[in-house]
Amino acid sequence: MSEAAILGGEAEAPAETSADGPAPKRIVVAYGFWIFLLSDIIMFSAFFATYAVLSGETAGGPSGRDLFDLHNVAIETACLLLSSFTCGLAAIGARAHNGLMYYGGMAATCVLGLGFLAIEIREFVGLVAQGAGPTRSAFLSAFFTLVGCHGVHVTLGILWLLTMIAQVFAKGYRADILRRVLCFALFWHTLDIIWVAIFTVVYLFGAGA
Amino acid sequence: MSSMDDYQPLRGDDHAPGDEPVGRHEIAEGVVGYLVGLGLAILLTAVSFFIAGTSLVWHPSIPIALVVLAVAQIGVHLVFFLHITTGPDNVNNILALAFGVLIVFLIIVGSLWIMYNLSQNMMPMAMPTG
Repeated sequence: MSEAAILGGEAEAPAETSADGPAPKRIVVAYGFWIFLLSDIIMFSAFFATYAVLSGETAGGPSGRDLFDLHNVAIETACLLLSSFTCGLAAIGARAHNGLMYYGGMAATCVLGLGFLAIEIREFVGLVAQGAGPTRSAFLSAFFTLVGCHGVHVTLGILWLLTMIAQVFAKGYRADILRRVLCFALFWHTLDIIWVAIFTVVYLFGAGA
Repeated sequence: MSSMDDYQPLRGDDHAPGDEPVGRHEIAEGVVGYLVGLGLAILLTAVSFFIAGTSLVWHPSIPIALVVLAVAQIGVHLVFFLHITTGPDNVNNILALAFGVLIVFLIIVGSLWIMYNLSQNMMPMAMPTG
């Protein structure tokens, strides 16, 4: 589009740069939410630092190599990756006012997110049942804090997702609702980014190295 | 199927910049973008899981390879899913991201450095090794 403008092909002057006036509200809102997400990532980085420091402190208890099941982790990862994709489809659907894409994408995201949570909860329950709960060692405390905090974020994300389905259903594709959908999509993709760090640092390092 | 019934042409009505309705072409473009991102992410994830379990590579190189793959995948997610680009709309986002990365780096590397140094300089304690 900018090329066309430079070449003089089309006479449209969208307010994209600051020289052309204030940015559209959509971009301002996304910027503000992005700053929140970065602060969330910084909070997670503190948990990651804690985990990295404490990952060897098993107090004679089980280590990651004894506990982690990479098959589960691979399925969890697949769930979150696919849900990021379907969430993207939903975001496109919302912008295009395409009900099939929006509701279908959101529903698929919800199902995949719930699948992820179910596997994670099963893993946690299994760990506690075999005496490897968060009170067993500093390593397990850090593990449950880090991975559990991500799980809480996914849970909140699913609640937000259901809210956005209801809001679009009740109020339609209004501009303010679309901005909320955009923020939700950013939130969900960020959870996936944090999960990439978790499956690398916690599970692959823990089980392999 | 109200898929395209309420579709309006791009320059038909008066819309705020950036809030114009999206056409079929843009939908296809967006879906292709997410598909490319998904493909790259799956590829990088699969390589990560493969490398973590394999004995084909020199063992001490595995953690470094995993970190590189994770950083690459995070980059893929940022570009294809979060749409952090180099466009003029994204200058502020990039600056905020750079600052966030700096803080994350300081927290993680700083903690590891300090704690490693501390444990190196600790008096050897008569700990019963479990």
